[in-house]
Amino acid sequence: MTDLLRITDLRKHYGALRVTDGVTLKLAPGSIHAVIGPNGAGKTTLIHQISGTVRPDAGSIHLADHDITTLPPHRRARLGLARSFQITSVLPEFSVLENVALAVLGARGSAFGFLRPLAAEKRLNDAASTVLARVGLAARPASLAGALSHGEKRQLELALALAAEPKVMLLDEPLAGAGPEEAERLIALLATLRGHCGILLVEHDMDAVFQLADEISVLSQGRVIANGTPAEIRADPAVRAAYLGEDF
Amino acid sequence: MKLPLAIFALLALVPILSALGVPLGGFVPLLLGRVMIFAIAAMSLDLILGIGGLASFGHAAPLAIGAYAVAILDAANIHDAVIVVPVAMAAAGFFATATGAVALRTRGVNFIMITLAFAQMIYFAAASLADYGGDDGYTLYSRTTVLGAKLLDGKAFYPTVLVVLFLVWLKLRIIAASRFGRTLSAIRQNRPRAQALGFNAFAVELAAMAIASALCALAGVLLANEAEFVSPAFASWARSGDLMVMVILGGVGSLHGAILGAFAVVMAEEALGRLTQHWPLLFGPSLVLAVLFLRRGIAGIGGRRD
Repeated sequence: MTDLLRITDLRKHYGALRVTDGVTLKLAPGSIHAVIGPNGAGKTTLIHQISGTVRPDAGSIHLADHDITTLPPHRRARLGLARSFQITSVLPEFSVLENVALAVLGARGSAFGFLRPLAAEKRLNDAASTVLARVGLAARPASLAGALSHGEKRQLELALALAAEPKVMLLDEPLAGAGPEEAERLIALLATLRGHCGILLVEHDMDAVFQLADEISVLSQGRVIANGTPAEIRADPAVRAAYLGEDF
Repeated sequence: MKLPLAIFALLALVPILSALGVPLGGFVPLLLGRVMIFAIAAMSLDLILGIGGLASFGHAAPLAIGAYAVAILDAANIHDAVIVVPVAMAAAGFFATATGAVALRTRGVNFIMITLAFAQMIYFAAASLADYGGDDGYTLYSRTTVLGAKLLDGKAFYPTVLVVLFLVWLKLRIIAASRFGRTLSAIRQNRPRAQALGFNAFAVELAAMAIASALCALAGVLLANEAEFVSPAFASWARSGDLMVMVILGGVGSLHGAILGAFAVVMAEEALGRLTQHWPLLFGPSLVLAVLFLRRGIAGIGGRRD
């Protein structure tokens, strides 16, 4: 079976700074691949290149069988790549339900409908309700997204990615700023997604990473310095020295 | 929902009262007719400015294109709306598509400047049309008819404009609630997110500019008929600015606010213009106050925007 996401020898530099320095990564179907590394290792730039907001200097990115290296973000999304943002990114003036209904529309429908009110599109709204139930926001469909608590916004952020029924989800620090209870709930939710789609997870919470990941790549100064199962990474002396520390 | 209907009811009162013999004179219908024409233009601008967040400083261009469509067809002895209106709307829609494709590659201040520049092109192009009066403008031989009926003449003019205003408002309201309108709004609220959801922001915004421009051309057709005259001044940057003021003063994104904004601007011009020819000196500060204290515009006074 082909890999869902295949990144080959990706390179990006800003002046003399090599932010991505020959990164090669694979994401197997239904698996969770975590990318960890110290601040400034180039994790977010990597996410930007995969999602299409930053163009790499060299190398290629394949989503299933499509070469998406030069496609604009919306084309990648239509091919089945969904993402969450590190800094919560929702549609603040719309209700929670409408946020998710638009996510369903963006992934599968056309924006060029001029007559029927979006609020009356039963199929989109039903699909959105189902997703809200999955992320635990079923009680608040009518709340304005901008008025949600931080944790709820993280749940909505995840719902926006899920609504697309994507092949691959890019999750850029989905637990950032979540309290311990919220984090636990989000981790449990992410665990249920295993097998439905491939997840590339960038996360600082090591407990979450070692609980969830099937495979871990450690990024340092733009390079993958280690790659393997959680057990292998935990035992890797180079990783312990560079990042995890001795007591992990 | 109540406020827009109240506005339309009040506007409809004018022809009813004059039919009942109340002496309104010619002045009130004339002035309100003008208000309604500019309201159509401003409301179409509200689609891209209010809902789409695209601050076009060139919306006088489609107004002038609509007006010049009337003039040019008038010179060719074509006067019926069946031809004039589609030509005007198509020309303005095409103009917006061609210029929007360039302008939408920029954001913020650059977008404002580039839309202004394209409108100036229309201004100078109109001034160079020697066959249609050049700088001096062109006086129509005949008003536009609708399937032969003189619906844009005399007493019929006001009700016709009112009907057009209502239809444009209804159309924009439907669009605003549709997939397209909500997507356009989503792109304004959070462009990277909308793109990550799979929306082609450029295509949606370009279509919005074409629709707004085509609807604005309707106002241009009406304006040419009202004045029985067109001139390059229809495309002046000051006119583009007036339209923006109408939208912002009336209440950005509310659609019906544009009617109130148009009313305020036309009335201010009329009333303050009687006091002094330097009326913009008085109007400017009142606009600043309105923007500071009426964050949702006139339409937002006394409660939440519906």
